[in-house]
Amino acid sequence: MAEKLDMRGLSCPQPVFETKKKIELMGSGTLEVLVDSGTSRDNVTRLAESKGWNVSIKEQDDEFTLTLSK
Amino acid sequence: MSALTGFFGSKKGIVATGLFIGVVAAVLQKLGNPANMGICVACMERDIAGALGFHRAAVVQYIRPEIIGFVLGALIAALAFREFRARSGSAPMVRFILGFFAMVGALVFLGCPWRALLRLAGGDGNAIVGLAGLFTGVGIGVLFIRSGYSLGASKKTYTAAGWLMPVVMIALLLLLLGNTVWGASKSLVYPEPDKFAPFFSEKGPGSQYAPLAISLGAALIIGFLAQRTRFCTMGAVRDVMLMREMHLMWGVIALVVGAFVTNYVLGQFNPGFAGQPVAHTAHVWNFGGMMLSGLAFALAGGCPGRQLFLSGEGDGDAAIFVMGMIVGAGFAHNFATASSPAGPGLWGPASVVAGLAVCLVIGFTMRQKA
Repeated sequence: MAEKLDMRGLSCPQPVFETKKKIELMGSGTLEVLVDSGTSRDNVTRLAESKGWNVSIKEQDDEFTLTLSK
Repeated sequence: MSALTGFFGSKKGIVATGLFIGVVAAVLQKLGNPANMGICVACMERDIAGALGFHRAAVVQYIRPEIIGFVLGALIAALAFREFRARSGSAPMVRFILGFFAMVGALVFLGCPWRALLRLAGGDGNAIVGLAGLFTGVGIGVLFIRSGYSLGASKKTYTAAGWLMPVVMIALLLLLLGNTVWGASKSLVYPEPDKFAPFFSEKGPGSQYAPLAISLGAALIIGFLAQRTRFCTMGAVRDVMLMREMHLMWGVIALVVGAFVTNYVLGQFNPGFAGQPVAHTAHVWNFGGMMLSGLAFALAGGCPGRQLFLSGEGDGDAAIFVMGMIVGAGFAHNFATASSPAGPGLWGPASVVAGLAVCLVIGFTMRQKA
């Protein structure tokens, strides 16, 4: 069961900062981050990739589900 | 389209945007904008406040097309890349007050972060003091963010609500065109046109401006690029402090380099502290003013430029912050908190202290428990 982080409606840096805390805590595994802006999608993706996590993005109804795995 | 998106999200994209802004700002100065003020979001919003009659400082009144272009350029980018999202409802009154004090602080220093960088690139040593204040203010904001500060989530709203700010900007553009290139509409409307807005400075910084079409065109491109790359001066400092993330900082560095080289080539680089254009040497208040602004920007999540770009992509909360800045500009000149080249205004120091107190209360009381 993947861990989840709902960051919809929140503006940066919160989505990135919370994601960073979460993946550092997890170390590895799968994390689903829900965001609803292109900025958050890009920032969270950039952060996760810089930490060596794989990111896959699914868009639905103006919202994005980012699946981070490592 | 996805290749373009990749470019804008890359280091090259943010560096290109910073360079472009720096070069364009220096060139706009050459073409008529005030010295070291090719682009200054705070100063230019203040000029708009003056043009609308919200303050009576006769030397800083003009409807600056750069502000209009920033919002509309961001709107065009957001529509083109399907990122226009009408949203609002994240503590609007707090954002208004933060915008208000961000402007009060900026007008004590005499510039927003963009102008602080441009002043540095023009050789104004006082900018170093201001930037130190900005870093300190953002640093305090970062401490609050680390301890759970949040203004909460915004909500999706009606598409038309997201269009309000762009429409306000179109109205301002019509007002500007109507009273400049299309003639002088207000003299046709009022028997005593001098008594009614819009007001345009006849001398001082407000009377200095680059050709309208060039300013507007350049600002549209900057708005477009900045929306795509999320360029933000405050965010650059914040991300380095909060996450050791340099991405946005490359854009800021590029801005300074672009403006410096252009200034140097155009003979606009004059190093020194005293006698710098539209600046004063009261170091404590240069520092304090920018510290207040930096803290307010950090608590609101973006520098004044970024707030304009966000408002162009449908963010009503950012639009409220901009409105707070415009009201703050009116207040700052009406109540003598704004500085002049002679030094801080009568109530400048007191307004910085009061603003810091308000921001600290906001930071301490608006934290979510983990």
